[in-house]
Amino acid sequence: MEEEMHTDAKIRAEIGTGCSPRGPGCSLRHFACEQNLLSRPDGSASFLQGDTSVLAGVYGPAEVKVSKEIFNKATLEVILRPKIGLPGVAEKSRERLIRNTCEAVVLGTLHPRTSITVVLQVVSDAGSLLACCLNAACMALVDAGVPMRALFCGVTCALDSDGTLVLDPTSKQEKEARAVLTFALDSVERKLLMSSTKGLYSDSELQQCLAAAQAASQHVFRFYRESLQRRYSKS
Amino acid sequence: DSSVYLRYIFNTCFRTVEPLEYYRRFLKENCRPDGRELGEFRTTTVNIGSISTADGSALVKLGNTTVICGVKAEFAAPPTDAPDKGYVVPNVDLPPLCSSRFRSGPPGEEAQVASQFIADVIENSQIIQKEDLCISPGKLAWVLYCDLICLDYDGNILDACTFALLAALKNVQLPEVTINEETALAEVNLKKKSYLNIRTHPVATSFAVFDDTLLIVDPTGEEEHLATGTLTIVMDEEGKLCCLHKPGGSGLTGAKLQDCMSRAVTRHKEVKKLMDEVIKSMKPK
Repeated sequence: MEEEMHTDAKIRAEIGTGCSPRGPGCSLRHFACEQNLLSRPDGSASFLQGDTSVLAGVYGPAEVKVSKEIFNKATLEVILRPKIGLPGVAEKSRERLIRNTCEAVVLGTLHPRTSITVVLQVVSDAGSLLACCLNAACMALVDAGVPMRALFCGVTCALDSDGTLVLDPTSKQEKEARAVLTFALDSVERKLLMSSTKGLYSDSELQQCLAAAQAASQHVFRFYRESLQRRYSKS
Repeated sequence: DSSVYLRYIFNTCFRTVEPLEYYRRFLKENCRPDGRELGEFRTTTVNIGSISTADGSALVKLGNTTVICGVKAEFAAPPTDAPDKGYVVPNVDLPPLCSSRFRSGPPGEEAQVASQFIADVIENSQIIQKEDLCISPGKLAWVLYCDLICLDYDGNILDACTFALLAALKNVQLPEVTINEETALAEVNLKKKSYLNIRTHPVATSFAVFDDTLLIVDPTGEEEHLATGTLTIVMDEEGKLCCLHKPGGSGLTGAKLQDCMSRAVTRHKEVKKLMDEVIKSMKPK
């Protein structure tokens, strides 16, 4: 890493620790978050969930192309770069999911005719990638100071062949699972903002996963709060 | 009558200037400008086997939204990591013909998202067992290219595409292929054709969320534009979900999701009935 020559303290983030990995009462992997690590974007964050790691950068509110401008809101753009290869149709689909989730929480009407760009780079993929991208995007938006009406988090559930629920699955668990469900929940009322599923499952299993995801989101939001508190208490 | 004429002028102007307010007035009375109730679908029609040059085809009209699906079967070498499987390759095309919002050129985001959605539905629902498409393990397999082209875009493209794909696949007839032992070439017997084994019948039901609270079924193009969120549920006949596609937008509670599920179940029955009728009327071929 280059030496930082900035006079104002570059707040090299606090590694917040999530709850103990796979401990009783909380089956999410160990997570960590680092903010403000890139100098060019207005906000940046790196989110780690177990071995999955995503780096996010936010530019905005900035100038927007006339063809893309919306007269009364900010135009949100999401770019997702995979670890290997060129972005394909699957990345476009994920970009749409993340963009619509951000649009639901970002107060775009405060910055009309501007653009807010979220760039996500997958650093390593060890399961629950979409959820990690969502979390990184949220932390980066907070770091950039973009006004939002709520925070959001991503939680992944995997259902294996006998119906047991595993939260935050690893790649191996995802491959062996019968169904993998990813939800984005908001922090105010734990409502379902986004859902993307793979595989076959029943209605009751969906409700079960949703309830488990809502409970798990408590931990993620508490982690957000702790890591932000730790960051701002030092300065 | 001049007052009726004036009211007509006012309504059309109001609809253009304040579309959201215009819609709200209807939604308050639990109906929509085109006369439908909040849980009512548009008239669905399906026409199977209209393209003679394709191995299977279907045209689906959901109100004004028109999607045509053509399936072509070709030979290919099976993937090295799965030598006993064939391929199903879907592609959704939204040409400038269907709506002024699309330009010609490489597929835009909407088309790519729809293609990915259809690929996910095929994968998740296991509509076709890929092993059925294998002719000779490791050497030859069928690849089904499913091209979905939208001819008229008036909202709810995902439902129309899923239905068109299902109907077209039910219409596909593959000839019998044998591998000649001596020449190691494939011999196609065009006189002996058989239908595909369609294992499940996934049906998509789309909803639009208005003002964060109200859910309406089968949104038109205008309604999709005004909505604050969309939700698509793909269900098969046993009530199992293949896909819960909610790309952001307003939040939903668990209870609202339950209502959507029950509507999706009824829609599945309607669609299955329609398709069975059409196929039955076509059988003597």
